[in-house]
Formats: sequence, C-alpha cells, structure tokens
Amino acid sequence: MKITILDYGAGNVPSVERALQRLGVESRRTSSPECISKAEALLLPGVGHYAALVRALDERNLRAPLVDAIHRGVPFLGICLGLQVLFKSSEEASQLQGLNLLPGIVSALPPNVKLPHMGWNQLEKKRESSLLAGVDAGAYFYFAHSYAVLDSNDAAATCSHGTKFAAVIEQQNIFAVQFHPEKSGDSGARVLQNFLRLAA
Amino acid sequence: MSLAHRIIPCLDTDGERVVKGVNFVGLRDAGDPVALAARYNAEGADELIVLDIAASRDRRPTFLETIRCVAAELAIPLTAGGGIRTLEDGRAVVRAGADKVTVNTAAVERPELISELSREFGAQAVVLAIDARRADDHWDVMVRGGRESASRDAIEWARMGVAAGAGEILLTSVDRDGTQSGFDVTLTAAISKSVTVPVIASGGAKSPEHFAEVFRDGAADAALAASIFHDKVQSIRALKEFLAASGVEVRLPC
Repeated sequence: MKITILDYGAGNVPSVERALQRLGVESRRTSSPECISKAEALLLPGVGHYAALVRALDERNLRAPLVDAIHRGVPFLGICLGLQVLFKSSEEASQLQGLNLLPGIVSALPPNVKLPHMGWNQLEKKRESSLLAGVDAGAYFYFAHSYAVLDSNDAAATCSHGTKFAAVIEQQNIFAVQFHPEKSGDSGARVLQNFLRLAA
Repeated sequence: MSLAHRIIPCLDTDGERVVKGVNFVGLRDAGDPVALAARYNAEGADELIVLDIAASRDRRPTFLETIRCVAAELAIPLTAGGGIRTLEDGRAVVRAGADKVTVNTAAVERPELISELSREFGAQAVVLAIDARRADDHWDVMVRGGRESASRDAIEWARMGVAAGAGEILLTSVDRDGTQSGFDVTLTAAISKSVTVPVIASGGAKSPEHFAEVFRDGAADAALAASIFHDKVQSIRALKEFLAASGVEVRLPC
C-alpha cells in the first residue's frame, strides 16, 4: 500500500515523509485532484494558519476529490490543521468553510495559558482507540497550535491546555490527531504505524 | 497532567561543524552535528536547536545541508537560525527541514520580519531570540552575537515581538552565557511573566539544580544548554530523572 500525502506547501510534509520512511512505507506527495481520487490512503499534514490550508485546497481544486475519497471510505489521517479542517469552520478564519465532514467548529484555546500550546503533553483516553493501540497511558505527544476542537464528546482521546480539547478522532475511515506524530518520537511512530495497519 | 517542561540541546555551528563548547578530547565525533543530533534524539531531548553562528552568506548552502542531515535524524522538533535576515532566508531553513525559525538581530532592525515569517508559517514556527544584558534597572537587548547594545529594553522588545507574531521567545542571558553559574532566574521570570508565549531560558546552565530553579522560580517553559550536553557533563536522561524527582513535570524517555 502507498500513502498519498496531500502537499499544499505545509512545513511538516518532509518530516511526515521521513517518519513514514522510517516505518518502511512508501509515500508520494501530491497536489493534483486526480492523484487524490486514485489514492489508497490519504494523509493531510498541516501546520500554521487555517486559512492557508483552506485556500490551498480550494485554489488547487482538491476539496471535492478529498471529500469524495473520504465518503468512499478511503482511510484518511489528518494531522494538526489536517484535523481542524475536517470540521465546519474555525475561529482562526471564520469567513472560510472547512470540509464539514464532522460536526462542530474549531475555537481559540483560552488566553489564561501560554499560547501557542507548544510542547509535549499527555492524553486522556475516552474510549477504545485504534490509533493509540500499544501506546502507554502516560505517553507524551508534541503539540504546536493555538486553536482546537473544544467540544470533545466524540473524541477518542482528549488533551488539556487551559481547557479540554479533542486530541484524537476516529470515525469510521476518518482518523485525525491534533498533535504531530511525526515529531513525537517513539509514541508518534506508533500512532503512524497504527494508522498504516488500519489503512492496509 | 499538563504540558511538560522541555529540555533543548543547542548546536552552535560554523555552518558545518559544532564549534562552541565542545571538548574534543576523547570525543572524536562531538563536532559532527548529525551525530550529536542522533544522540540527543535517542537520549530524550524534547527539541533541538541548530544555530549558524558564523552566518556568512557564502557558507549558507553548507548550513542548509547541515539542517537537512540533522532533520533526517530527528523524530522531535527542530529549530534553526542564525543570520536569518529575510523571509526568503526563513523559507530556505524551513524547506531544509526546520519546524521553527529563530530571528534575532535582523528582527531588531526590522520587526516586520517577524510578521512576515509568522504570516507564512504561523506563530508556532517563529522564535524570537533575545540576548539580554543587565543594565542598571533593566535588561538591554544585545545584537550581533551579544556584542552590541540595541539600546532597547528587553521586556518591551519581548512584548513587541509577540505582538508582531512571534510564538516563542528564546531568552539568553549574556551575563550568564558560558559562566555555568546558573540561569538568570530573575530575567527569565520577568520576561516569562510579561508575555503570553512560551519562553526558553538559555545561558549559564550547569547543574540539574539550575534547571529545576529556572522552571520553578523563573517560570521558564523550556531550558536550553549546549556544552554540558556535548561534553557529557550532564546526560539528558539523568537530568530529566532529577527534575521529575524534584516535582518538575518532564517527559521521561522510555
């Protein structure tokens, strides 16, 4: 199986590629609608501003093929902004529409803590999680964001920084994490490995 | 359960080799940033910073190659900088594999550089490096490798930098740098409490107690050191075990 990485110019594409390489998996970058339509498994990395991701998806006509692929059941992993874009919209750029595949919106983390939420934090598991299989309960993951999905009822795991937010999402073929597995050492590698197993 | 305090080794390079604070005796590979990066990644470092302290134009391609090779070794975040003057310089560093870019002198001269980088890569990717030196009743911002005063108050500059879009501050005490007499806890606390972003304390680290102090009393979110790690005076694992035992939340390597 080959992983197709949506490349919209995000800074973390090379590190995601390297992380997959270390796991012995072939990946290819693409920013073409055709390649997305043919993908066996999709990975959307992202870091930075929400607007940059949404605009890039629209300018390159990637929105429709991406939504179609996910509706067809193609395994999808979203990382950081790649999680946030699955929802209806974000306070970071409220005039723009997200992919609206999951109910809810992305909000700013509260200002009573240091922002961005940057560094290593732990998760609280809410239910059985395939992405977190074999990951120690106290494992740390690397986060770098100021916005998050605060309604965490549907999340498989949450994290807390000023307030609770969704850290791991699993809904059928949709998988997403707010942290950066590609930067989270062995625990992160395990999460990526789990996704690869689920996608195979 | 909360955000762990980060331990960050820093590699000062001349573009290609680690040049500062390295005891070469009996440690043949210590000058190789790639070997050091691999070691720190395995030892449980939370991030790595690579700086080009020579920052000369003609050595830049070599430094970018160093970033590429270092990034290939890491499963943790990488920050790179030194001599970043333009958005294009920042882009080159990010394309080479850095997750964050540090800016220093050029940002003091032209604060818009911070906004330009922040707009393109997000605030989480822009680290404002401030070299501060005690001057009577305040701290002065120093530029050009800590040699020249910018005649600017460090606290004010930190606030300005954050307003311009910096997502983190790398704060070095010029007074303590290289002295191994401990972090400047007062300076770190003053800056950390004045800004809304995380602060990395730097300069003066030697003992594990120094780290505990700057986290507890200096309100530091992360602490950086170079030579004590390169020279194996202090192992990252032992440091983190000490901090955990002292009640400081850290990510213990497995």
